[in-house]
Amino acid sequence: MARRRRKPRLAVWKFASCDGCQLSLLDCEDELLAVADAVEIAYFPEASRGEVRGTYDLSLVEGSITTAHDAARIQDVRRRSRRLVTIGACATAGGIQALRNFADVEAFISVVYANHAYIQTLATSTPIADHVGVDFELQGCPINKRQLLEVIAAFLSGRRPAIPSHSVCIECKLKGNVCIMVAHGTPCLGPVTHAGCDALCPSYNRGCYGCYGPMETPNTRALSEWLQGLGMARGDLLRVYRKFYANAEAFRTESKRHDP
Amino acid sequence: MNTTSDLALITPDGVRRLIEVLTARGYRVIGPTVRNGAIGYDAIDGIDDFPVGWTDEQDGGYYRLRRRDDAAFFGYAVGPHSWKRYLHPPQLRLWRAERSGDDMRIIDEDDEPPRDAFIGVRACELNAIAIQDKVFLGGPYVDPHYRSRREGIFVVAVNCAVAGGTCFCASMGTGPRVGSGFDLALTEIVHDGAHRFLVECGTDVGAQVLTELPHRPAPPSDIEAARAIIERTAQSMGREMPATDVPALLRRNLEHSRWDNVAERCLTCGNCTMVCPTCFCTSVEDETDLSGATAARTRRWDSCFTMDFSYIHGGSVRSSTRARYRQWMTHKLSTWVDQFGTSGCVGCGRCISWCPVGIDITEEVRAIHEGECDGDDS
Ligand code: SF4
Ligand code: SF4
Ligand code: SF4
Ligand code: SF4
Repeated sequence: MARRRRKPRLAVWKFASCDGCQLSLLDCEDELLAVADAVEIAYFPEASRGEVRGTYDLSLVEGSITTAHDAARIQDVRRRSRRLVTIGACATAGGIQALRNFADVEAFISVVYANHAYIQTLATSTPIADHVGVDFELQGCPINKRQLLEVIAAFLSGRRPAIPSHSVCIECKLKGNVCIMVAHGTPCLGPVTHAGCDALCPSYNRGCYGCYGPMETPNTRALSEWLQGLGMARGDLLRVYRKFYANAEAFRTESKRHDP
Repeated sequence: MNTTSDLALITPDGVRRLIEVLTARGYRVIGPTVRNGAIGYDAIDGIDDFPVGWTDEQDGGYYRLRRRDDAAFFGYAVGPHSWKRYLHPPQLRLWRAERSGDDMRIIDEDDEPPRDAFIGVRACELNAIAIQDKVFLGGPYVDPHYRSRREGIFVVAVNCAVAGGTCFCASMGTGPRVGSGFDLALTEIVHDGAHRFLVECGTDVGAQVLTELPHRPAPPSDIEAARAIIERTAQSMGREMPATDVPALLRRNLEHSRWDNVAERCLTCGNCTMVCPTCFCTSVEDETDLSGATAARTRRWDSCFTMDFSYIHGGSVRSSTRARYRQWMTHKLSTWVDQFGTSGCVGCGRCISWCPVGIDITEEVRAIHEGECDGDDS
């Protein structure tokens, strides 16, 4: 664009997470130059040491809030960001570390650390949206890089990202896959899971693990009944929902129904 | 139009030759083939790709391949794919745009699809194609993408020799005997003698193709055998649509409690609409690149089970599962008639088999029908 003044400034922030989602951005390889061309990567500790203070046009936030320090830091990030997009299961739902929400953190700490005088942590892992306003949530554990580029491109041109929140099944059917739940009897969370992975697991004869979180209107209770009919035990039903998206409301409620 | 004298007999070798002839005439031949535990429709090279000796067992949310005790080519019922995949592709880029300076240039996508020959098209599927013809070609707005795929096809239909566990074409008046819309129609006879196929010509092109195959006139005994096979299929349907005026039944029952009942079971996953051979809805997605220099618009299948489908300013009109299931079923069975003059359902049973939780359109209609009969207004 000829008339563009300064490049929009992009920041990538990390909270409690594994870095996998940030890596999706670095993993863009072919497109990374185009990203660097379109935006000024002003803050991205994973990729470069340079740090620019001030404000950002678009902040991508990875990770969940698990400490009091981070709870304060996200307020600062929000103040500095014109648009704030959370990326991944941790930032949008609390991540795998939200398993602590179902247990006693003190008990974990005493088992894991010899000296726990220096451990300061909250009892829960919570999504960013529980703390500050969020402009868009990109799901996935990890996120899909194609979708990440779509979100960045959409924000740059001021349009709504084309990220559907329907089931994985629709992606599975667009691809022409044979449904493995129907034809093989393989348990699959696809019907209650948010699209975005292009039905990756079902395309390789594995049931969907739900790693993009709940779809827009998940009927987990009805699916669970069917999975029980396929022979899934109660304990397994608890575990299928209590994974990367354990703390997302629909999965949390459903796993609790199967908690002994 | 077709008198008995039009009926010919070919052998399995004749079917092999048929694929060769169609390929030589420039068609891409699409036919049934075993693919990841089901019989789907894919490009095939010859009869070895057919699901020889395979059949299927189907029920609500259930499909399994089973061995037959013979070497039938077409001894199965319809599977997860329909011909819609080829005539109305799941995803299609419509156009691209490029910016140069202050100008923008729209570039139409070249849409020159291959000319397809479909082998193994069933009666319900011919009816589904006829229904989509009305949708895409019938009104003032013709879909050019459908038309360019539809125009040149060659159809080899097959009269069903087995009914699937979820089939109900007989009660919809759409099968199992093929009526029209084919170039050639086969009836496979595997028992009482050699493996053979009764052939009926539906068009002049079909008749020309037949002349290129080794064939002989069909004896009356085989014509009778084929008739008996189709009759037996009609008698062994796995499902049945209640014999009542279904469009009127649903119109009267838009507030029936059964919609709440089915909403408890339905996952709003959209599988039923994806597998349905008549569902035609699409959505368009626009994308732009990072620099803002190019844009593209893609069309893809959509479903009335998604929230985006009925999204207007302020939210989705059909946000409850009840409203979405009701939209789907009343469109298929009732408002489709007002819109296109036929039912939107051909009784293929796919939505029953491929619903992950086995929701059965015939059972839902029956529940409403029986509820009404037992109720006050009966
Ligand atoms: S395999 Fe899983 S994701 Fe694919 S259609 Fe079946 S249930 Fe849905
Ligand atoms: S509604 Fe179901 S049975 Fe009827 S045509 Fe569609 S998929 Fe087949
Ligand atoms: S039933 Fe739904 S998806 Fe199918 S044609 Fe009607 S509105 Fe479209
Ligand atoms: S009826 Fe079955 S296939 Fe259709 S949306 Fe509901 S659960 Fe999915």
